[in-house]
Amino acid sequence: MSDGAQGDGHGAGRNEADGNPAEARQAGSISDVTKEGQQGIRPSREALVGAQDLTGGERPGGNGAGADAGKRHGKGRHRRGRARGRKGEQTMVPEAEFTSYYGRPVLNQPAWQPLNIAGYFFLGGLAGAGSVLAAGAELSGRPVMARALKVTSTVSVAGSAAALIHDLGRPGRFANMLRVFKPTSPMSVGSWLLAAYAPASFVATLCDAGGKLPRIGRTATVGAALLGPAVASYTAVLAADTAVPGWHEGYRELPFVFVGSAATAASGMALAASPLAENGPARSAAVAGTALENAAMKAMERRLGLVAEVYREGRGGRWMRAAEALSLAGAAGAAVLGGRSRAAAGLSGLALVAASACTRLGVFHAGLESSKDPKYTVVPQRRRLQERERSQGGQRLSGTPER
Amino acid sequence: MTESIIGRNLLAGPENDPAGDAGHGEHPPRVGFFTDTSVCIGCKACEVACKEWNAIPEDGIELSGMSYDNTQGLGASSWRHVAFIEQSKPVGHAHADVDHSDVDVLALAAQGSGTPPEEAAVTPTTPPEAGSEERGELRWLMSSDVCKHCTHAACLDVCPTGSLFRTEFGTVVVQEDICNGCGYCVPACPYGVIEQRPDDGRAFKCTMCYDRLGAGQEPACAKACPTESIQFGPLDELRERAEARVAQLHEAGVGDARLYGHDPEDGVGGDGAFFLLLDEPEVYGLPPDPVVTTRDLPDMWRHAGAAALTLLGGLAAVFAAHGRNDALKWRIRR
Repeated sequence: MSDGAQGDGHGAGRNEADGNPAEARQAGSISDVTKEGQQGIRPSREALVGAQDLTGGERPGGNGAGADAGKRHGKGRHRRGRARGRKGEQTMVPEAEFTSYYGRPVLNQPAWQPLNIAGYFFLGGLAGAGSVLAAGAELSGRPVMARALKVTSTVSVAGSAAALIHDLGRPGRFANMLRVFKPTSPMSVGSWLLAAYAPASFVATLCDAGGKLPRIGRTATVGAALLGPAVASYTAVLAADTAVPGWHEGYRELPFVFVGSAATAASGMALAASPLAENGPARSAAVAGTALENAAMKAMERRLGLVAEVYREGRGGRWMRAAEALSLAGAAGAAVLGGRSRAAAGLSGLALVAASACTRLGVFHAGLESSKDPKYTVVPQRRRLQERERSQGGQRLSGTPER
Repeated sequence: MTESIIGRNLLAGPENDPAGDAGHGEHPPRVGFFTDTSVCIGCKACEVACKEWNAIPEDGIELSGMSYDNTQGLGASSWRHVAFIEQSKPVGHAHADVDHSDVDVLALAAQGSGTPPEEAAVTPTTPPEAGSEERGELRWLMSSDVCKHCTHAACLDVCPTGSLFRTEFGTVVVQEDICNGCGYCVPACPYGVIEQRPDDGRAFKCTMCYDRLGAGQEPACAKACPTESIQFGPLDELRERAEARVAQLHEAGVGDARLYGHDPEDGVGGDGAFFLLLDEPEVYGLPPDPVVTTRDLPDMWRHAGAAALTLLGGLAAVFAAHGRNDALKWRIRR
């Protein structure tokens, strides 16, 4: 069962637990009684009785268990969730009331490191969209841009795989990823995709750089361009195919955010690496990618409702705002000055690449935040139950049998 | 292909034979846990038995300030977790029908035990004060949480290595010699059960004592439970038993009693380990309406496919609009 490598984990690294909940628990950072008093308590998060009227009084009075139990419990049973929102900021969703178990998250948080996983998303996007641009550039007679993007795609996909392997709990067992092919596991599909795409990208780069075997090079270039969009978009499914509310509930828009961001990154790289004479398509792609990314992001926030907070506030919000500012500045720079000044094109390109990285970090942190706060798990599920209950004509909550 | 999977409810919905559909030909009936929290006394014998039997390492000994719960949650090294909830609310079935709120217990104690019944402030037969709403009673909910061994297990579905698998008993188990610690199962679980062990890297969770099941034994936690709060057996039988128990409690006036995770129609196709709770699930730290994330996976792949085509088509359109590079055209013409 469990092998010999156990025990003595306790006490190690008491203060450096960041991210991993088990480490955090080991380090005693989650509500602990110490000589200095209680630490990490969250007074607004006591385990509260009952679960009626969780959604701020939207429930029509007098139906089912809620109203009945509400009478039983009396008033003052529910307290507000964490006071939220910076001053002056208007949230679209009214403050939600909910119960939880001492404010503890319902979900366990992934132990994924932000730089590894956001980096894996970012580099995968840069590589995938880059291969499409490279093929387009090659076929339309833009050899400098084509070669530059082939190189960056190959380097990026290698970096992406390295980040993924580095994040494994047992990196030595990476090959187990290719032990089975499971369409139900986006990580399995992704591993196989990378296993096909990376060699194609590598061969395309090699043939181009060496100037040999042009036919094989062309085939590899086109192959990488056909696989590239899948490499850029599957990572959205990888994130969305989890119970993390900030990712799962946005599964319809997240792939478009990701391919938009990928196009932004790759066109930024193209702008930075190609001469003025060749960068026309890159400028257009930068504008299109930025538009797609930001529009999809807005649509996703609308769908997420309460959960959209994690994309507006905290760490996730900061990265998303940086991404928006950088991408808009980069796209504007590319459109207006990118055709005239090499320096302006280069700067705009770098801003676009940075914007894409910020988007991935923002999405990563927003998802993590949404899995840490029980509010984002409990309140939407409660609403779902209430809606179902309402559509079934005021029956008791589905968790409550009628018998 | 996805249609046939959805049609047979292999991703979500009611599923009668998870072990059979996982490829086990002849297999024993699906087994599970029914945890009746109304009789849990919070002794944590299940936690201890689980740790002992499965040789799970210690994962922190500290005081949480959360009633008697210092385990705090399920994780890589806590496969059973007893939750403690203190509520000022009468417990239905233990309801004495008396109001103790104005009783000074210490004064009574000072009086000694010689109080004649007519002078006693409260006797078990004293009727409750008319119209009194405020009750001084406290109820202490305890519940032993565990991996739900979902009919549609997201952890199993998303595992890229096949390390997580469905056993012949219909339970879900991690093969530790295959797990490469990718950690994907951790955020996939809608209940927050499975977790990576920090100093080990691999993911761990309840196996429903797969080794004991194979030898015809019941899992260690159920074996150790002194009140039969944790009941182990064939799932069909447990579901019947649970329905009867809820009816019994409702009859006894415990209107709060409800089953959780018993329904094959729910978002995960029903749990292999389900519960009788005395309050809403979220009070115990359980999600009120969990859904297996892979229910939406076909739709996710469709959206990702559309996005990929958008990228390919969009960039192709960009190049088409810009045409061949003029400089090259010029070079060719010359």
